[in-house]
Formats: sequence, structure tokens, C-alpha cells
Amino acid sequence: MSESSVLLRATGLTKQFPGTLALDNVSMELHQQEILAVMGENGAGKSTFMKILAGIYQADSGTIELEGQGITLNSIRNAQDHGIALIHQELNLADNLDVTANLFLGQEDHAWGWINQSSLYLKAIDLLKRLNIDIDPTTRVSDLSIGQQQLIEIAKAIAIDARILIMDEPTSSLTQHETEHLFTVINDLRERGMSIIYISHRLNEVVEIADRVVVLKDGQNAGDLPKDEINHDNMIRLMVGREMDDARHRSPLPPGEVILEINDLVTPAHPNHANSFKVCAGEVVGMAGLVGAGRTEVLESIFGVTPALSGSISIIDYDGPLHNANQAIDAGIGLVPEDRKLQGIILEMSIRDNLSLASMRDHQKNGFLNFPYEIENSAEQIKAMSIATPDDTKEVQLLSGGNQQKVVIGKWLATHPKLLLLDEPTRGIDVGAKGEIYTLIDKLAKQGVAILFVSSDMEEVLSLSDRVIVMHEGQITGKLTKSELSEEAVMRLATNATATV
Amino acid sequence: MKKILGIFILLVSICVITTIMNPNFLNPFNVHNTLRWIGLFGVIGIGVSFVIISSGIDLSIGSVIALTGALLVQLLTAYNFSVPMALFTCMGLSLVIGVVHGLLITKLKLKPFIVTLCGLLIYRSLARLATDDQSIGFGNEYEGLRVLALGSVPLPGGYSIPFPFIIFLVLSIIAMILLNKTLYGRYLLALGRNEEAVRFSGINADRIVLISYVICSLMGGLAGILFTLDLNSVQPASSGNFYELYAIAAAVLGGCSLRGGEGSIIGVMIGTAILRVLTNSITLLHIPDYLEFAIIGIVILIGVSTDEVVRKYVSSKKVKA
Repeated sequence: MSESSVLLRATGLTKQFPGTLALDNVSMELHQQEILAVMGENGAGKSTFMKILAGIYQADSGTIELEGQGITLNSIRNAQDHGIALIHQELNLADNLDVTANLFLGQEDHAWGWINQSSLYLKAIDLLKRLNIDIDPTTRVSDLSIGQQQLIEIAKAIAIDARILIMDEPTSSLTQHETEHLFTVINDLRERGMSIIYISHRLNEVVEIADRVVVLKDGQNAGDLPKDEINHDNMIRLMVGREMDDARHRSPLPPGEVILEINDLVTPAHPNHANSFKVCAGEVVGMAGLVGAGRTEVLESIFGVTPALSGSISIIDYDGPLHNANQAIDAGIGLVPEDRKLQGIILEMSIRDNLSLASMRDHQKNGFLNFPYEIENSAEQIKAMSIATPDDTKEVQLLSGGNQQKVVIGKWLATHPKLLLLDEPTRGIDVGAKGEIYTLIDKLAKQGVAILFVSSDMEEVLSLSDRVIVMHEGQITGKLTKSELSEEAVMRLATNATATV
Repeated sequence: MKKILGIFILLVSICVITTIMNPNFLNPFNVHNTLRWIGLFGVIGIGVSFVIISSGIDLSIGSVIALTGALLVQLLTAYNFSVPMALFTCMGLSLVIGVVHGLLITKLKLKPFIVTLCGLLIYRSLARLATDDQSIGFGNEYEGLRVLALGSVPLPGGYSIPFPFIIFLVLSIIAMILLNKTLYGRYLLALGRNEEAVRFSGINADRIVLISYVICSLMGGLAGILFTLDLNSVQPASSGNFYELYAIAAAVLGGCSLRGGEGSIIGVMIGTAILRVLTNSITLLHIPDYLEFAIIGIVILIGVSTDEVVRKYVSSKKVKA
């Protein structure tokens, strides 16, 4: 393409967040009438990049040019004035209002605050017709399907005269049919002169719709693919990128007897997929997959906080029912949940009280708290987990993220679990504490505890797991043994890519 | 503990100021009366604090008082129930009310405000229905039973401690033990802060919440019995009106946070005492009684905002340090 066709050019964008360099010198060009796919693994920097273009974040350094003119984007409104609109993955519609009200929210025709309803409806009819969207503008948004709501979001962007449309995972909750319709609309928009930045990690969709692919990896440019080079192998190669340094430092023991056996488990989030697998004593099993693959749901059904729709969960030496978390604890299961502050600990309670929250029931005296146990348990866990605190009566919220996570793990170790489930065990934790948690998991496995953990951190999955279960949209797409384990193999299963390397 | 000290100082100040301005405040008769009222209102203050700690609310207490009071009089005078049977039936009804509130809130996930607001309306009407909307009482009968509310333990100097105050003290001690020494209390405090984390720790959160509504309604029922025995009359349309708000005010003044997860029984005791002493002072100091609510409102605002101001000051110092 010629230089004159470049619509938007970002050069050397860098964005530092506390603790992470989200974007490191990223550059990108978007041409007129182009559908550009931006790809990358979880945490590759896609959303940060898009949010900078949409004016939500400001880059620490780097420049953005629109048609050769340098611009600064310091608010969403500002980006919209330049014709750039972002459609979030989670739709932002007021679903209690009708389609028209949503289309022109903040842009209403009014006189002294009185909305000119009829003129708005006429404009809405005209707009929807131009886009070939067959929706009555007086429908309440809550009565629309997700796919239709997505189309309203697009129409809303057109209503503010956007020239560049950024779509973040637009198909993540659409049916096949709705996805096809969306693609028709997107192609149509391009014909009318719009440019679209399309973020996705669904390889098939990108092959179908993109004119060009830009791949990000660890916050940096990993490469571009022109139309004729867009295929699964090339995309996976770029997403995986650098050679993994061999961090598989764990030396696993041969697995013991089967602790957890799951057959045809169906979770409420993915009612059409049944999954089966086993975890043995002393084994560390990782669950990999992209965000939303249904891994957390599997852990939560094993632990009983979100009961499964069907299927069987059996735990060694336990014959009782498994319908709620209380019974799961009886069976010897512990869960370190995904959202530490919301689900794992009670921030305003003391370290000591948090550490005994799950195990106190087994040490109570006729309903009364067992204070000697509590003190002893707290001292024991603080030592075992090396929680950095001089005083266990301090509130947990005063601890660092890493130490808070150790409190959550300690709370479960106090119940002496046979099976420990960990959901994103090191998310938002600094490197030092990460290492300590890995060492601890290794130690627990050596003591014969079965470990099943979910992680979106590829290095963590590769280095910690004896075995990896990969999920894609609610379905287990593969199980990899230590020797079969590679980032490419995991990504291939996680994106459900069918082509061979 | 600082908070308790703060409201305790507030209570003492009100007492001292009132005594200086009208020494009759310390008159044995006035002390007896004030303690009796503290006891009667304290019972519902303790009840509602459990609900507030669970991060809920109970607006139906005043109507529960009217309903159980009306029921007690009717059962004894019109239906010839034996005293134990009548008391048992009244407490049984309060228990059922608490269970229904708890089930609607935990199983149907209705908002506590709505559930107990509907309760407030329904039980009030039922009380009027049960009494044909007539004011009723025991007349000269059941003097023995009424000792429960009217009796007292004599002290030297003409002073005496009324039975309702002793009942209140005993219930307060039980409540303190329940809240601070048992699994139930620990789970309730935890749940008021973070229900999700409690569920993820394998605790049956619904049951904890349900029990808090049962405690609150039982206390309401007991207060209904005591108030009725004390006053020897029930006006079904007005008895107990606004009492839930006194109870909530006492709990909040005593340090219960409406956000849940925070509260102490000693605080609620002091909070109740402040409200009753204040009402008493207004009478003793000949302040026009139409100013009563305004003064109570202002004192609660001072009590609560002082705490917030102190907390903000402390946390801003913490940040600097």
C-alpha cells in the first residue's frame, strides 16, 4: 500500500504500569479501508494498546499521527472527536432504555433540556437502514440478543461519525450465526470507507476477516502478516515468539494414587460441554486456556461454590455428597480463588482470624471458638508460608499482595487438604513472592497433595506443571504430558487450531 | 475501643450536664425509670445489631412488638391460655416471623429493606385485626406476670434496679458471648464484611444470615411482651411505632456500621442509654417535647460523624507515616 493511504500511525508507544511494562515501543499503521487484526496471548498488551488509541490511557512516550498530523488523545471524548471509537468486549449499553436513546446517548437533539424525540427516532431509522440493521429503534435494549446489542454498539460509533472502529473481542459471546452477520456488517463498513482494528485470539475469524495482522508479544511488536500470509501456523509462531528458556526446574515424583476423578462434568457456564480428567497424589496439573475458556468454572464446580449441572466428581476416601463448599472441605478439597480480595480473604479481619476461617469448624468446642488453636495455627502457617508480618492481629489489608495470597493458601493448608485447587495463584504478585509460592506448591506436591491450578501465565504453566490440561470455550481440547509440553502446543490447543505445524 | 470510649464520654457528659441543670436527674425514682426504659429499648437494640452486622436491616420490629403484645393480651384475657402457653405462643410467632424474613432474604434474594418494610405494614394490620382495633390491657389481673416488667431489686439509698434492665444485662452478656466467642459470631462478622469470601471458605452463609433475623424477631417479640406487661395496655395502631428506628439509631450510635461486619454489644448498650437519657433530659430540663426528635437526631449525627472524622484523620496520618 502507498504511504498516502496510511490513516493512523502509532510510533514507539510505551506504557508503564506499576510493576509491569505493558507496552514497550510498539508501533502500528492502519490504512484507509483496512481491517487490521491485532493478536497476542493474554497479557501481550493488546488491550492497553487499544485503550491508548481510544483515549482511555495515555502513553508514557511515543506519537500518534492521524493522516500525517500529530495528535494527542487524552480522553475518550477527544478520541471520538478525531473519529476513533472503541467497542468494549463487555457492551456498554443502558439496557433499560430503547435503541434510539442508546444510539444518541450524550448527543441528543434538545432545546433547553427537552429532548426532541421524533427527530431522534427519524435519525435512528435512517442510521439503522444505512447499516442494513433490521432492528426497531423503539425496542428496549434488554429485549435484544447479545449479537443485536453488538450491532447497536457499532451503529452508535457510526452515529458519532467514527472513521476508525476498534473492536475488542467482538465475537466472544456471539453465536455462529450472529458472528457471520457481524462480519457482513464489518465488511460493509470497510466498503463505505471505514477502517477497523479487530482484536481477537480466534484464529479462524482472523483468517476470514482480516486484511493484515499485527501480533504483539510481551508488550512488543512480534511481527506483521500481510493478507496472503495469514494462516494458523504463522500466527501461532508469532504469538509464541521467543524461545522459551527452559524453566522446568521442578523434578516431579512419579504420581501416586488417583485423588480426584471427574467424569462428564458440565458447568453452568458451558452447558454443552462435558469434561473428564484425573489428578493424582503428588501431581501438579496445570489448566491452560484463554480467558473465558471455562477453567475457573471447572474449579468452582469441583469445590461446590458453583455446583455442576451434571457429571460426577469423586475424591479418594470420601463417600459423602459433594454439593457445596462445606462438603468439599469435608472431602479434603481447598480452593485458592481467582479474586483474592473478593473471594479469598476478608481484608478488614486480622491475619490470625483469616488463617482459621476454613479450619475453625474442625477445632471448635461445641460452637465456641478455640482460641488456643487459633493462635497456634496462625503461628504455624505464618512460619510455613513465611508471611512477612510482626503481628498476626493486624488486618490482612495491610499486607502486600503476595503476603495476602500466602494467607489464603495458609487458610487452606490449615485444613490439611488432599487436593488443592489454585486459580491464578500468582496474579498481581511480585516476582519474589511468586518464587516462594512455586516452591511451596512443589513442597506440597512432594508431601503427596494433589495440585490442580489454573493460570494464564504461560511460563508458569510450562515451568510448574507435570501435566497440562488445555481448555477452549468450555471444552478440554487436549492433555499434554511433560514431554509434549511446549508453548506452541498449548497455544494451538487453547485456540483450537486445527492445522498442523 | 476508642469508639466505645468516645460514646461513653458522650453519655457521661449528658448525665453530668443534666444533673447540674436539674439535680432531680439522680432522684431514685427517675433513675429507676430511666434504667427501665434503657432495658426495654436495649432488648431490641441488641436484636437489630445482629441483623445490621450481617449488613442487613430490620424495619419490622415496632410492628412485631405491637403484634406480640396484642397477641399476649388476647390469649390471656380472651382465650384463657395459661401463662406459659401464651408466652410460648408469642415467642413462637416471633420465631416464625424471623424465619420467614430470613428465608425471603437468603433464598429469594429479596432486599432486607423491602422484606422487613412489608413486615412492618403487615404485622401492624394484623395487630389491629387481632384486637378489633381496640386498645386492650390486663386490667387488674396478671399482677404476678407483670412483675417481670415492674419488679425491681432494691439497693441502699432508695435506689432500685428494675427487672427489664436486669433482663437486658443478661441478654447483653449472652449476645457478647455469641458475637465474640462462638463460631456463629465469627462467621457473622466475616460475612458482614465479605459474604463471597465466607462462601468460598465453605461456610453456609445463608444459615448465618437467617439466624440473625431470627434473633432480631425473637428480641422484638420479647420486647413486645415486656412493653405490654409494663404499660398494661396495647394500642394496636400506635404501640411500638418507630421503635425499630430507635433500635437502629442505638446500634449505629454504638458503632454498628450499616455496611455490615462491624459492631459491639457494649457499644449498643451505651447507644441505647444515650438515647434514653437524652429523652429523659429533655423532659427534666423542660425543653418543649416537639424538639425531642431534633435533639436526638443532632446527637446521633454528632456521634456518627465524629467517628468518621476521627477515622479519616487517623488514616491520613497513616498514609503520611
